[in-house]
Amino acid sequence: MNRVRLIKLAGSYGVVIALILLVLFGWARYDYFLGFFNITSVLRYNAMFALVALGMCFVIMTGGIDLSVGSTAALGSVVAALASPYGAWTGLGAGVAAGLCVGLVNAGLIAGMRIMPFVATLATMLGASGVALLLADNQSVSVSYESGFTVIGQDNFLGFPIPAWIAMLAYLAGWVILNFTSTGRGILAVGGNEDASRMMGLPAGRIKFLVYLASGGLAGLAGVILASQFGAGQPIEGVGWELFAIAAVVVGGTLLTGGVGSVGATLAGVLLLGILFNVLNFENGKGWISLSAYWQSVIRGIFLLIVVIIQAKLASRVAGREH
Amino acid sequence: MSNSTRSANMVDPFDFLARYGTLIALALLIIFNIAFTRNFATMQTLNVNLTQVCTIVIVAVGMTLVIGTGGIDLSVGSLMAISGALAPMIFLGKIVPIDNIYLAVAVAMLASILVAGLFGLFNGWLVAHYRIQPIVATLVLFIAGRGIAQVMTNGNLQTFRVPEFQFIGLGRVFGIPFQVILMAAIVLVAYYVLKRTVFGRQIIAIGGNERAAELSGVAVSKVKLIVYAVSGLCAGVAGLIVIAINSSSDANLVGLGMELDAIAAVAVGGTFLSGGKATIIGTLLGAMTIQLVRYTLLANGVPDAAALVVKAAIIVLAVWIQQQGRQA
Amino acid sequence: MSPLLSMTHIDKRFAGIPALSSATFEVAPGEVHALIGQNGAGKSTLIKVLTGYHKRDAGEIVFDGAPFEATSPHHAQASGISTIYQEINLVPYRSVTENICLGREARRFGLLDWKRMHAEAESLLERFNLDLDVRRPLMEFNTATQQLVAIARAIGFSAKLVIMDEPTSSLDEREVAVLFEVIRQLKQDGVSVVFVSHKIDELYAVCDRVTIMRDGRTVKTAAMQEIDRIDLVSSMLGRSIEKNAGHATAFTSRDPKKIGAELLSARNMAVDQSVQDVSFDIRSGEIAGFAGLLGAGRTETARLVFGVDRPRNGAMKFEGQDYSPRNPGEAIAAGMGFCTEDRKSEGIVPEMSVAENMMLALMPKLNRSGIIDEKAQRAIVERFIAQLGIKCSGPDQKIRELSGGNQQKVLLARWLAMNPRLLILDEPTRGIDIGAKGEIQTLIKSLADQGLAVLMISSELEEVIEGADRVFVLREGKSVAELQREAATEDAVMAAMAEGAGPAQEEARVEQ
Repeated sequence: MNRVRLIKLAGSYGVVIALILLVLFGWARYDYFLGFFNITSVLRYNAMFALVALGMCFVIMTGGIDLSVGSTAALGSVVAALASPYGAWTGLGAGVAAGLCVGLVNAGLIAGMRIMPFVATLATMLGASGVALLLADNQSVSVSYESGFTVIGQDNFLGFPIPAWIAMLAYLAGWVILNFTSTGRGILAVGGNEDASRMMGLPAGRIKFLVYLASGGLAGLAGVILASQFGAGQPIEGVGWELFAIAAVVVGGTLLTGGVGSVGATLAGVLLLGILFNVLNFENGKGWISLSAYWQSVIRGIFLLIVVIIQAKLASRVAGREH
Repeated sequence: MSNSTRSANMVDPFDFLARYGTLIALALLIIFNIAFTRNFATMQTLNVNLTQVCTIVIVAVGMTLVIGTGGIDLSVGSLMAISGALAPMIFLGKIVPIDNIYLAVAVAMLASILVAGLFGLFNGWLVAHYRIQPIVATLVLFIAGRGIAQVMTNGNLQTFRVPEFQFIGLGRVFGIPFQVILMAAIVLVAYYVLKRTVFGRQIIAIGGNERAAELSGVAVSKVKLIVYAVSGLCAGVAGLIVIAINSSSDANLVGLGMELDAIAAVAVGGTFLSGGKATIIGTLLGAMTIQLVRYTLLANGVPDAAALVVKAAIIVLAVWIQQQGRQA
Repeated sequence: MSPLLSMTHIDKRFAGIPALSSATFEVAPGEVHALIGQNGAGKSTLIKVLTGYHKRDAGEIVFDGAPFEATSPHHAQASGISTIYQEINLVPYRSVTENICLGREARRFGLLDWKRMHAEAESLLERFNLDLDVRRPLMEFNTATQQLVAIARAIGFSAKLVIMDEPTSSLDEREVAVLFEVIRQLKQDGVSVVFVSHKIDELYAVCDRVTIMRDGRTVKTAAMQEIDRIDLVSSMLGRSIEKNAGHATAFTSRDPKKIGAELLSARNMAVDQSVQDVSFDIRSGEIAGFAGLLGAGRTETARLVFGVDRPRNGAMKFEGQDYSPRNPGEAIAAGMGFCTEDRKSEGIVPEMSVAENMMLALMPKLNRSGIIDEKAQRAIVERFIAQLGIKCSGPDQKIRELSGGNQQKVLLARWLAMNPRLLILDEPTRGIDIGAKGEIQTLIKSLADQGLAVLMISSELEEVIEGADRVFVLREGKSVAELQREAATEDAVMAAMAEGAGPAQEEARVEQ
């Protein structure tokens, strides 16, 4: 019993503890690690991943998966770049709308036609990527610098990067929705036991529809930031984002079978994986050892492995007690 | 009894499509191309299409076996990168110099394929021993695997000109590209294993009803271990072919996105993604259909990007038809 | 006083097969009404028709004075009918509060008011003397507590009628006492309870009236005090103690000389609540029957023998050797076969052919090289198809297209092809038409005549009584009686099923 609780605690707070330890390590070891410049650049760069991971987190909590987020972000960036000459808001709106369209297709395929989420979003991943390439004519699309579109990704508000503000607001909204609305509780209930939820009268179909729509919209928003930050819509960006997002969500303790999840821990997961990369850069800067940037994916993979094994042990414990 | 007569007399349209849809689509595509695409019915076109489809088919064969047990393997692309990174390191003598080039190439090939197989075994161990969902278990190596390949080569491009090695991707036997022969051999072996061996039946039984298989004494864990290992081996072979064709190995690019191409081929080929029914020939046809659709569109002036959208539609359609056929 | 609920002449068919025929059921306000019957008697169908899970084909339902037609379980709940299912239908990962409040959350300024919801959940649980941290996830609590939370959720919906489907199957004595206290309190508050259970003592402890179902009909409704235990069980099984129906199965008498030496013995087997203390033995050439009501632990015992589950306690010997299988593979290697009760989820591989299903267990042994010898397999498959009279278009037909009886024969052949020493048959003739049933029974006997030991679990009393050479009666996870063929009369078996006591008493009986 005690060990079960211990494993559980490690599962839920492990990511936060690991994050704190990593930050402390960086602070102790590197001079400018907690400097203003480093903090803001880490936050600015990881904001898009955070948005994609937030959508993924909601999808996974219902027991589904969304492989299309990377391509959707790419599509969002292209559409936003194309619309940017008509104003910053137009660019923003267009990018998000493009993401919502992909989300709508996913929602229709999964909640309407009952196609496995894995297959449905695999297809829209290809589809969205194709549309992005078509619209962009196979190259990156430069954004308009006159309309103020680049403010979204490059400027600060109250000394803080705007992308980080957007991500923070999105996470705040996500947290409120998950914890303080019946829809949020419904998401977790449907993921935990869909049959039981239906018996309790929850609209399981509508809930699933909503999460895929939201995931698409958030990926579109991430695309807007991508375009604005780098000054161009990037049709071939976003490859592997979906799996990075899944890894962040899983590292955050959200079960891939659905029913358990936390918005805060997902954010911690994103930051953990992001700061790992940052720490590697600093380490190389010190020149003691030279760890190439490529180690980051190895280390990310190992992190994921540890978390997944802990989750599996926990799950078998729970199953063992039921019998 | 009444059931059997019903199914014998009445042909369910979805069932029919699920069974022969891919074959019909392929036939229609060929007819269309013969009629409308210039220079289609040439050896050249055949070779182009076959060589482009080879690596996908080889990886998809392993994927078919994995999916047959009700699993999935996302790590294949990364494992290709690992084997593609390792082989040149060996035959270029970066690890230990080997004087005899034939010996070096043989060691390089065996070692890199074997290493990919071992990583596959690791996937199987996570799935069988820890009962981790296959999609997550193989996600670990999807992420870490490419990183391992990049770390091994420090992200550098390895270029080489070693005909003894590149025979696997560029050589010809009686005018037929060697990689096509290799693909055919792998397809045949897998077909035979699935159709004619105890192991093949056990794969399908596990995917069809894991509990029943276990209660019938099937060593479920062992079968899963082997299947993931085989998927790793196939990825290893495919990685070698890719670098042999390119005369270079770039750990950032080898096998990128391959997992999706392979899964798409398997799905379009008529293998149930939920397990319990697997067809190697279907996978071959599925991969060829996707390739031919792309070729047809390109040859007729449709951009590659649009082909992606069409590919997406084909996957959804294939799975939807399968699903309808199953419910009937 | 007019009844709270009256269901009259309810018909329900599934694919043309009647599940309910003119079933009639009445519940008075403030009464605790037991609903009992064998598996497949129609209890759950009746409940599901009432709660809107199934649509009835004919009949009338009046609830609370007005015609009632539930469109969904949720609608039924909103109308005052709450159901607690046997398998706990809650969301294990979520907190106790959420499970109680899901679907009717308290809100404040449009957002959820957790403080009030926690308080509501706590006060509701107080009625059960349950003092627990409602913020913790449900799965951290034991099954009994989860069950009580499910009941609390149901009652929290201000129900007029609460249906409890085997609520006590996972509760210990103390928890059952708490539950009964709650039921009595509900009754005082004027809430009616429908209580489904197979534990007869409980019915007498808490119920006012009982309705007995059999074959989709409601055969008897009586006040609890006016019906005795034997009468209750015999109504359920459809047997009358006075008259013997003669031969109801295809089993014929056996030559006792065909029964050989002891093959398997199991002593004091236990796993959890479901199997607490079961002992039995079986000889080669013998048909041993397991009798007992649902939940008596028969299937669970068989799973221990076959190595599916590991026992917590007890010892087994097979052919004189210590025997403790770690997995089914070891049991099979020792010479056993197990035809499971649930053909669909544990027996057939639906997408595979008749031949492939039949050869699943034998394959590795027959084809030592690993390559399938189609010719040899086909010969075996065709022999069994002919021998067992399996009706199929050929060995290559998919098994899912076969009727239940033919599927069962294929599964029997799967084990017979192994030439086993002991065959465990769990409900071998359930869901099978009469003709195929007789064939399977005849087959079982002839197999035993050839020296096979058969352990047969059956809920059909006549099958056990007429088929088995020895009957072991299980009750609530314990062996309560061992009856030789001559002693295994219907009333003896039913008496043991209904009121047999634990092993201590059994020994006393043997001494007599």
